[in-house]
Amino acid sequence: MNTRTHYDVVIIGAGMSGLAAGIRLAHFGHRVCIFERHNSVGGLNGFYSHAGRKFDVGLHAMTNFVPPGRKGTPLTRLLRQLRIDRDEFALCEQLQSRVAFGPAGECALRFTNDPTVLESEIAAAFPAQIDGYRRLVAEVKAFDDVALDAKPASARQMVRRHITDQLLEDMLFCPLMYYGSASEHDMDFGQFAIMFKALFLEGFARPLEGVRVILRVLLAKYRAAGGERRMKCGVQRILSRGDRALAVVLDDGSEITAAHVISSIGAPETGQLLAAAPAQTAEGIPPGRLSFVETISIFRRHPAEFGWGRDSIVFFNDKTRFEYARPAELVDPRSGVLCIPNNFAYGPGAALPEGVVRVTCLANYDRWAGLDGEAYQAAKSRWFPEIQRRATRFLPPPPSPALVEESRIATDMFTPRTIHRFTGRLGGAVYGSPSKNRLGTTRLNNVFLCGTDQGFLGIVGAMLSGISIANYHILRKK
Amino acid sequence: MTKDECKQLVLDIIADIAPDEDLNDVKPDVRLRDQLQLDSMDFLDIVMELRKRHGIEVPESDYLQLSTLNSCADYLTPRFNAIPAKG
Repeated sequence: MNTRTHYDVVIIGAGMSGLAAGIRLAHFGHRVCIFERHNSVGGLNGFYSHAGRKFDVGLHAMTNFVPPGRKGTPLTRLLRQLRIDRDEFALCEQLQSRVAFGPAGECALRFTNDPTVLESEIAAAFPAQIDGYRRLVAEVKAFDDVALDAKPASARQMVRRHITDQLLEDMLFCPLMYYGSASEHDMDFGQFAIMFKALFLEGFARPLEGVRVILRVLLAKYRAAGGERRMKCGVQRILSRGDRALAVVLDDGSEITAAHVISSIGAPETGQLLAAAPAQTAEGIPPGRLSFVETISIFRRHPAEFGWGRDSIVFFNDKTRFEYARPAELVDPRSGVLCIPNNFAYGPGAALPEGVVRVTCLANYDRWAGLDGEAYQAAKSRWFPEIQRRATRFLPPPPSPALVEESRIATDMFTPRTIHRFTGRLGGAVYGSPSKNRLGTTRLNNVFLCGTDQGFLGIVGAMLSGISIANYHILRKK
Repeated sequence: MTKDECKQLVLDIIADIAPDEDLNDVKPDVRLRDQLQLDSMDFLDIVMELRKRHGIEVPESDYLQLSTLNSCADYLTPRFNAIPAKG
């Protein structure tokens, strides 16, 4: 039992970024404790158990995959910084993914972890645009995406200098927005460049057992370095005097003093901890507007047996224009992301024991939060089949739809309300506030943000965020 | 400590920070950055591992002294040899 009342560094939240920051700090001799309100680690990229099965939440796959030997990329940087051997993550590459637009995905671009596949797909489907696409890739490659002082710029405008076909523009934006944009309609070019590299120039992979393999590795490193953690132990306030934090107040009312506090819970959420009155949104940082529903189907057969092919992830949109925004209704089923975790290259003899299909769509937090218990359950029951039906239109039609139905042995669904309940994110905003804070500073000079609202994206980005903030604000200064 | 022993300690640190680098043929007079893929995060780690393992402080103004194995040895060997005297 960890019972100290003072630490060099208190970290709020045991997600990927908090754990990564903790590993760095503990490794270099700081006395660190992570406080986590929930009873399990992972935060926005965690897992839960339901009816004897483990379900992942968060990203469907890890982005930024590069093969061994390719250095200087986010993945290799993070492995070095955390002293992780890449075999520990046991990453298995995607088979292939697609961006599919039109009522049944008539216009599709396939991509894999080999960027030349997407390039040749674009050359075939949009021959007039290929030179522009190549120029865009060159510009993205040249962009310094780790600079902490980059000027904001509209990604749409930057992309339109190279891509003049609206459909191609939207097809490129769709996956990048779904996998990390906290802003509606457009992205900052810096964020676009990070995501473009992460998805199209690097790629997708996952461990056979999913996100918990990565969390297990992080926890083992953290423990071995001497880091402490307290679970089911949230922070309700940060006490300060002048421009310095003195202590954090835990949910049970006890106080822990600390020289530094790193908060991974989000900028507006951290603002609430700093505000004099609870529940007051401080510092004028807007909470994000984008949240999601996810539906999960478990099958007793591999989805390939339904004729659903070998796609790992399908980004779909049944119109030609793509709208990335908070829907007016509970759910916007026109577009979304479908993931078949079975379709990764797990190697001979290795396979998931059951078939899994996950579908994610944009959703409106306020609408879900406003439903009472019965209406909430009714809305889930209504939307589950609708979302699965709409999404599976983008897979080859199964020869036997009855086989699909009789093979479905379990389902689950989570909503923006679930996300808020388990992660504390205001509005269930998984990508946080649209206003990012690269330096992670707050109005207190010993309180720093890491994670989503610091602005690095995805699982790899989350870990790099924790690393950067620990390095820049604490380790570098000794 | 000799300069060669000092170089080995630096190589040991690099081997832990960057296990994916081949350190069998590091040239002592060529900048580490020019023959290995080490970025600024990695150099910060070399400095911090020196502090953690050996109690040696390298102020930011002296980071350039760590650019080659030879310069590392020139700069660090006297500091290693000064450690027992302190105790």
